[in-house]
Amino acid sequence: MDKFISHTGTVLPLRRTNVDTDQIIPAVYLKRVTKSGFEDGLFSAWRVDPEFVMNKPQHKGATILVAGADFGTGSSREHAVWALQNYGFKVVLSSRFADIFRGNSQKAGLLTVIIAQEKIEALWAAVEEDPALEVTVDLDAKNVRFESEVIPFDIDDYTRWRLMEGLDDIGLTLKNIGDVDAFEAKRPSFKPETIPAR
Amino acid sequence: MFLVKGQVMGKTLSEKIWEDHVVRSAAGEPDLLYIDLHLIHEVTSPQAFDGLRLAGRKVRRPDLTIATEDHNTPTLNIDKPIADPVSKLQIDTLRNNAKEFGIRIHSLGDIDQGIVHVVGPQLGVTQPGMTIVCGDSHTSTHGAFGALAFGIGTSQVEHVLATQTLPQSKPKTMAINVEGNLKPGVTSKDIILAIIAQIGTGGGQGYVIEYRGSAIRALSMEARMTICNMSIEAGARAGLIAPDEKTLEYLKNKPHAPQGSDWDAAVAYWKTLQSDSDAKFDHEITLKAEDISPFITWGTNPGQGAPLDGQVPNPADIADIEDRGAAERALVYMGLEAGTPFKKIKIDTVFLGSCTNGRIEDLRAAADVLKGKKIAPATRMLVVPGSARVRLAAEAEGLDKVFLDFGAEWRQAGCSMCLGMNPDQLAVGERSASTSNRNFEGRQGKGGRTHLVSPLVAAATAIRGTLSSPADL
Repeated sequence: MDKFISHTGTVLPLRRTNVDTDQIIPAVYLKRVTKSGFEDGLFSAWRVDPEFVMNKPQHKGATILVAGADFGTGSSREHAVWALQNYGFKVVLSSRFADIFRGNSQKAGLLTVIIAQEKIEALWAAVEEDPALEVTVDLDAKNVRFESEVIPFDIDDYTRWRLMEGLDDIGLTLKNIGDVDAFEAKRPSFKPETIPAR
Repeated sequence: MFLVKGQVMGKTLSEKIWEDHVVRSAAGEPDLLYIDLHLIHEVTSPQAFDGLRLAGRKVRRPDLTIATEDHNTPTLNIDKPIADPVSKLQIDTLRNNAKEFGIRIHSLGDIDQGIVHVVGPQLGVTQPGMTIVCGDSHTSTHGAFGALAFGIGTSQVEHVLATQTLPQSKPKTMAINVEGNLKPGVTSKDIILAIIAQIGTGGGQGYVIEYRGSAIRALSMEARMTICNMSIEAGARAGLIAPDEKTLEYLKNKPHAPQGSDWDAAVAYWKTLQSDSDAKFDHEITLKAEDISPFITWGTNPGQGAPLDGQVPNPADIADIEDRGAAERALVYMGLEAGTPFKKIKIDTVFLGSCTNGRIEDLRAAADVLKGKKIAPATRMLVVPGSARVRLAAEAEGLDKVFLDFGAEWRQAGCSMCLGMNPDQLAVGERSASTSNRNFEGRQGKGGRTHLVSPLVAAATAIRGTLSSPADL
């Protein structure tokens, strides 16, 4: 996973709430067995509309997605995160994320940042005024900056450290695998096993 | 919270299960939780196995892991090779991975194949007090047994395969009490749709929900699974129900239920799995069962629901500006006019199935309504059992004949039209009454329009051709 310290880019303003993972990447695109190539499916049902914000030339190359509340609800498909990353997004800003989507994004290195809805509105307005507006999302300083605005955000220290170091979770757990051995030695015998099949 | 020294606060059910599974706890880190059961299917696992191979890692506990094919599988001609080459590759990839890593798999055609959340309880590998994960958000279904069960993404699937653990930050706890008696014709599906409409798709975010109260206690195990299944539609991390005599009765003779002295030890433990009377939940809400009536959704997220007796809402009446905008968009997508009575909405396709409502009791309830009747003209009905065993049980009772005589299609087990990954899809503009769990835009097929309903409403709707409950017949 790449280290994430700070990112500066332009914004795609997505004025919609409850953007579920079926919208981010519909199920028919989930048949691939790789982590790449999902950019074609990103918001595919909405992209057929030439008026959809993603099709506007002024937002080409945007790397920061700013969306309405409850982004990433629904299915647990991590393909939604890969699709956003494959397309080129580095950060998603919203006032509220679904838990599983947020967890997936933090594992895969897509930064999800929660800021208040009024700040989301301000950012939408600023970007619609000036699509070339550069926005910085600084994980080190824990703030979002544009024009003269500095919007602080919260993120737990552990996740921040992991993202800034680009650390793989499995490697971190394996360092403490002795704890897992010890736990397994004490598990009750009545817990079910799948093998052999009964 | 202020505690008197030496006083021990009571614990909620989910906190007890959590504490029993903490492998490692360190300041400033999420807890490392042990995972008792890992369920796998073809869609969210290939990249996880690839990750293992790249890192030269093994599956730590194949004996706590089980795979089935469900999301992408056809429900017709399952004895023939899968027609779609991309679907076939995904299924073959799961089979090869299961073989390479020594994982038990129930493939298409196997008697134990089916939707992963129907198969687990059926085999008895879902038991109280367990931690259960799957790369599928409806893993919360297993919470009906008093298990802490939640959906995960592919990175976490890989983590569990490699370590049998997951780092997790502790969720908040919410109690939802449903007290009193349900009216006739009202099911657990109506309860959960009413709850989601009340608290919203983000209302459960960050919480594990415990469903409690006399109306919940009165539900069968399968009906409890329907409620827990849709916890995720309220945004919750998981949903669960404390085990009781019904849970034990359901588990008693399941293939993987504990035997002999293990059964006694298990039951003794399971009986401790209740929230203590002095436990404090972070949030608590109460619903009266008698206030709930058959419920449907009218919009494009599961929170956009209302009693079937009502009418399509007018977005102008919605105070919250975001909700109003979402409602406006939803009505355009759904092709609905504000003020139309729901019962006047014409339905093209009825889908009975899914991990929400694809179990034998759901099929029985629908068949009871349909028996001796004929399907409405220009309406199609798809009945897709949740598992091969559900299908066989239904056939043994003659339910397949009831559905076929009625004019419905009787299919093989799988997720099918719930998410339309296989050929079972809605066409553009086609409108369904579906016993599944999501009414998202395009969920059941590009341009398809979904109304979520209970099996009873699905059956009555198939008879009348418009959204209906059995009371309308």
